[in-house]
Amino acid sequence: MDILVVLEDNRGSLHRMSKEAIVGAQKMGGSISVLAIGNNANGLANELSNIDISEVITVNHDLVSTYSADGYSEVVKQVIEAESPSTILIGHSYQTRDYIPRVSTKLDIPFIPDIISMENGLVKQILNSKLNATISAATDQKILSFQSSAFSEEAMMPGNCSSRSFNVDLDSSLVRSESEDPFQEAAADVDLESAELIISVGRGIEKEDNIPIVFELAKVMGAEVGASRPVVDSGWLPSFRQIGSSGQTVSPKLYLALGISGAIQHVVGMKGSKNILAINKDADAPIFEIADYAVIGDVLEIIPKLTETLKG
Amino acid sequence: MKIAVLVKQVPGSESVLPILGDTTWIDEAQATFVMNPPDNFAIEEALLIKEKIGEGEVVIISMGPSRVQKVIREGLAKGADRGIHLEEDGTIETDPLSNAKSFTSVLKEENFDLVLSGLQSDDTGMGQTGVLIGEMLGMSTATLAMEVEIQSPTIRVKRELESGWFQWVKLKMPSAISIQSGLNTPRYPSLKGIMGAKRKEIKVVPASDHQTHSKSQSIDKVFVPQTSKQTVVIEGDADSVVSKIVNILKSDIKVI
Ligand SMILES: Cc1cc2nc3c(=O)[nH]c(=O)nc-3n(C[C@H](O)[C@H](O)[C@H](O)COP(=O)(O)OP(=O)(O)OC[C@H]3O[C@@H](n4cnc5c(N)ncnc54)[C@H](O)[C@@H]3O)c2cc1C
Ligand SMILES: Nc1ncnc2c1ncn2[C@@H]1O[C@H](COP(=O)(O)O)[C@@H](O)[C@H]1O
Repeated sequence: MDILVVLEDNRGSLHRMSKEAIVGAQKMGGSISVLAIGNNANGLANELSNIDISEVITVNHDLVSTYSADGYSEVVKQVIEAESPSTILIGHSYQTRDYIPRVSTKLDIPFIPDIISMENGLVKQILNSKLNATISAATDQKILSFQSSAFSEEAMMPGNCSSRSFNVDLDSSLVRSESEDPFQEAAADVDLESAELIISVGRGIEKEDNIPIVFELAKVMGAEVGASRPVVDSGWLPSFRQIGSSGQTVSPKLYLALGISGAIQHVVGMKGSKNILAINKDADAPIFEIADYAVIGDVLEIIPKLTETLKG
Repeated sequence: MKIAVLVKQVPGSESVLPILGDTTWIDEAQATFVMNPPDNFAIEEALLIKEKIGEGEVVIISMGPSRVQKVIREGLAKGADRGIHLEEDGTIETDPLSNAKSFTSVLKEENFDLVLSGLQSDDTGMGQTGVLIGEMLGMSTATLAMEVEIQSPTIRVKRELESGWFQWVKLKMPSAISIQSGLNTPRYPSLKGIMGAKRKEIKVVPASDHQTHSKSQSIDKVFVPQTSKQTVVIEGDADSVVSKIVNILKSDIKVI
């Protein structure tokens, strides 16, 4: 086995990032096995029956019928030990963050996370998306995770594959944690997902007292207000306005980013916007890499003037 | 309750990041450093736990060149009890596995009940160091904590999942928990705290004592990302910028 792709069950169906990881595996080339764990393992396997991979390996066991970091890391470890893939691939989801480092430790194999491209080496973003780095493993085996959208799931190549189950040896003493059911917090007051115009505010707004100037602009433009995580963390705006990997995903006609640096966890939530206009005083801010219009300037100066002009 | 908090010092979001001539890392001499933001929340959580229980010890641990003593002192000024500095000579080690082994070699004789870390460092962004250490120390682990409730000998953690979902997990202690930003409001050190911090102990562990592990991965080259998108750049004084923006909104995007 050359490549093992570890799948993720996203509340009953295959996680989008698992499909992207399969595309990454197909690009790498070689024999590809994928691993489905849990009581829905066969369901996930079925979703891949028309895909060009060698085989789906399913694991089901009482101790891993649903996700736990202890159980899953042990299963992945046992499969890697038995099958010796040279590369283990997975989507860089929050679940991956939770248990893959443990597999890395158990087997002493490096986990190179959040890869965006494999074109000239393994490329990862560093320093809050401001720079990229190429990373290499010093070992024969390695675990790689792909950032959301590193590959397009549409590029999955069709074909056939077989399926087999794998017997794991799990002991209940292994599981040191119990998980409750996932839940969502109170519903949002605003519908950002269907908003046509979004004005989103980042730490560049500097302080809570400056938030009202954003709402004044939003009012004259008929826009909704979104925010980056630090603005929400500071309590300047409620969490339902947060845009990004742990908040909402939006795709308005216009996304106006005010004082937002453009870290990847924010960008994944808004890069589908039809038009992105970013205002930032730092000409090298990563948000400008995905912006259609890059305004280099001070938001505290520009926002009130823009509001005045649009009013007048 | 004995709590370790791993605190990294990283270039601040406003820092310049000039790439070194050999392109292996940034020129740290020109960068300005701050405490890794989520680690600040981890310190606060540790102090809150200690205050709530009414006893315990909070130890700030940082690895890096001598500059990192600044973030250790910051933690001590906020109320942590002592610090441990794992010294690094020259450039910082960017291999999470060998870093975790360094930390573990120092942490294992301390027998901590809790090891708190930030979910991710702003510089290398590996998002794994705290979990690696937890596993090496045989602890239960949880990541992306948004709330922590101690119910000795267990601990309940509210974990952040994707897209606004959450989940509670109950762990047997000892545990290693990575902290997501926003779960509390980090305090500022008081003047008294700052004065008191000067007398608190920082144990220094020389690089030769902890950097004894082979490398598993390395950053080979650092470079500026290339943009693929056509971007219209707008610069100038505020008035001209505003009239250009208005034009774009009206004529190009047609949203007003
Ligand atoms: C697992 C995980 C999940 C995350 N989830 C999310 C998420 O869902 N959403 C999210 O947003 N982030 C998320 N983050 C955090 C993310 O990594 C960044 O830290 C965050 O997006 C940065 O927010 P910011 O751009 O507002 O702040 P900063 O990065 O501090 O940027 C502020 C920007 O404002 C500019 N600026 C400052 N003053 C001015 C001025 N006067 N005029 C103009 N510009 C100015 C600066 O040049 C800078 O570019 C997550 C991180 C992790 C690790
Ligand atoms: N050199 C270091 N010194 C102290 N803490 C660190 C160091 N490297 C990583 N950490 C801790 O591990 C967390 C995750 O880092 P990383 O795995 O690099 O993303 C950070 O938020 C810190 O809490």
